[in-house]
Amino acid sequence: MDFISILSIFVLACFVGYYVVWSVTPALHTPLMSVTNAISSVIVVGALIASAAAGSPSSKWLGLVAVALASVNIFGGFAVTQRMLSMYKKRERKDG
Amino acid sequence: MGETAAHAQPAWVLLAYLIAGVCFILALRGLSGPESSRRGNWTGMAGMAIAVVTTLATHSFATVAEIAGAILIGGGIGLVTARKIQMTAMPQLVAAFHSLVGMAAVLVGAAAYLNPEAFGIAVRITPIASPSFVSILPVSRLEMGLGVAIGAITFSGSVIAFLKLNGNMSGKPILLPLRHVINLATLAGILGLIAYFTQDQSPWVFATVTALSFAIGFLLIIPIGGADMPVVISMLNSYSGWAAAAMGFTLHNSAMIITGALVGSSGAILSYIMCRAMNRSFISVIAGGFGAVSSGGDAAAIDRPYKRGSAEDAAFLMSQADQVIIVPGYGMAVSQAQHALKEMTDKLKAEGVRVKFAIHPVAGRMPGHMNVLLAEANVPYDEVFELEDINSEFAQTDVAFVIGANDVTNPAAKTDKGSPIYGMPVLDVEKARTVLFVKRSMGGVGYAGVDNELFYRDNTMMLLADAKKMVEEIVKALG
Repeated sequence: MDFISILSIFVLACFVGYYVVWSVTPALHTPLMSVTNAISSVIVVGALIASAAAGSPSSKWLGLVAVALASVNIFGGFAVTQRMLSMYKKRERKDG
Repeated sequence: MGETAAHAQPAWVLLAYLIAGVCFILALRGLSGPESSRRGNWTGMAGMAIAVVTTLATHSFATVAEIAGAILIGGGIGLVTARKIQMTAMPQLVAAFHSLVGMAAVLVGAAAYLNPEAFGIAVRITPIASPSFVSILPVSRLEMGLGVAIGAITFSGSVIAFLKLNGNMSGKPILLPLRHVINLATLAGILGLIAYFTQDQSPWVFATVTALSFAIGFLLIIPIGGADMPVVISMLNSYSGWAAAAMGFTLHNSAMIITGALVGSSGAILSYIMCRAMNRSFISVIAGGFGAVSSGGDAAAIDRPYKRGSAEDAAFLMSQADQVIIVPGYGMAVSQAQHALKEMTDKLKAEGVRVKFAIHPVAGRMPGHMNVLLAEANVPYDEVFELEDINSEFAQTDVAFVIGANDVTNPAAKTDKGSPIYGMPVLDVEKARTVLFVKRSMGGVGYAGVDNELFYRDNTMMLLADAKKMVEEIVKALG
């Protein structure tokens, strides 16, 4: 991919992000933060490439540490979001 | 050998990363309502799995065991933390998670700098009669420099935010002399060095950019006070996204770029919403120092007469009411009063009282903080309302029950042009027939450092006690 195609993806994704995030209900802003946290750990892709590559041991170790840090975020972020979202319940109609 | 060949990836790989990116968009889209949000979260997890599996499948891994170990250790820590963390500690947890994203970005940037050929961002140049060397493409150096800088700022800024939110560090702003000059000079230095980095890939340039960025992260957050934390935490959320996007540019990875753009805009929008809810400009928040003014000069105000009530008075007033609106704030989180509060609402509902909750956007220490705590206490989300949806109802309400909130109810924001919070949208609690205000003591002021006119009104009754204890006593009095 050349620079311009990448830039196009980026700019369009910014617009998508803008409209999608405005549609998020304010009651779910905390889960929004924790889930964006989890997905921004997609940076693990870069960490995996670094830890797999031959050639530079220091690069490999930096990559491995980054894999561990990003994994904390991926597992922790999605799990804590799930835990929060499962708490949001509607009123039970029998007493309402 | 050229720039085009360096990033050649099979079409299915590009497609897989694109699908991962779309999954992340759907995950955020799901958050438009609580019902769709759970499915959205699973979609997000699927996207992450697709991205990771694609990467694993397209690279030869000599060291599967080490990578599996790293994932197991990190994932284990993440899962245990997610399960054990108290909901009141969510702001700290989010700050800690932000710092990890920032650090990961710095590490990936450093790894790419040390081994650029593995990332396909370098060309090997072999001059005649001298040893060959690896030259990182200039555009990649720029992306890498920006990514590492934003990542480092995210890391050190989030560490400070974590320490402040977790109480390891005073929530009071710490003001260094000449801090604006120092900050601007450091920022200029970072940008200048990144520009220079495109010409000279020496290690000292890379190292200095990283070091200065760590420093500016600390310097930027240290002067910002506790009440501005909702803005700070949203802003760092945004930064972590831009760091991921910059790394996505370096790696030519669409999943990272889409995610980075989503997270970056999400954090930016949340910062904007928080600033608007405080009627403050983003610049003034970043400049810091809000709430630094001590309340010492207002000693006279504290001597003003006010009405003090007991738990029994409060229980009687509320049980006689048609409608009660509860206004929770950070104080509710601090004293963990949400479960007792839920019990109180159940008792009131049993007596035929309509109970609603009113949430100010900046109540608590992060966007949506109060909503999560109420959800944890099993308060149905359709009884919880945002400021603009409920503000007109206070005039027809018998009792407004303010618990742990202060500045967001201060009528001075509407009338007193000299007040630091003038212009901030507030909940019109004073329009209710009676205001019950739970507060630890009369001495303290809100985080903005301003006295609240509401305390001295005829229709206000102060309930001076720890929030949780007071609510428990009211529950007892309700029988």
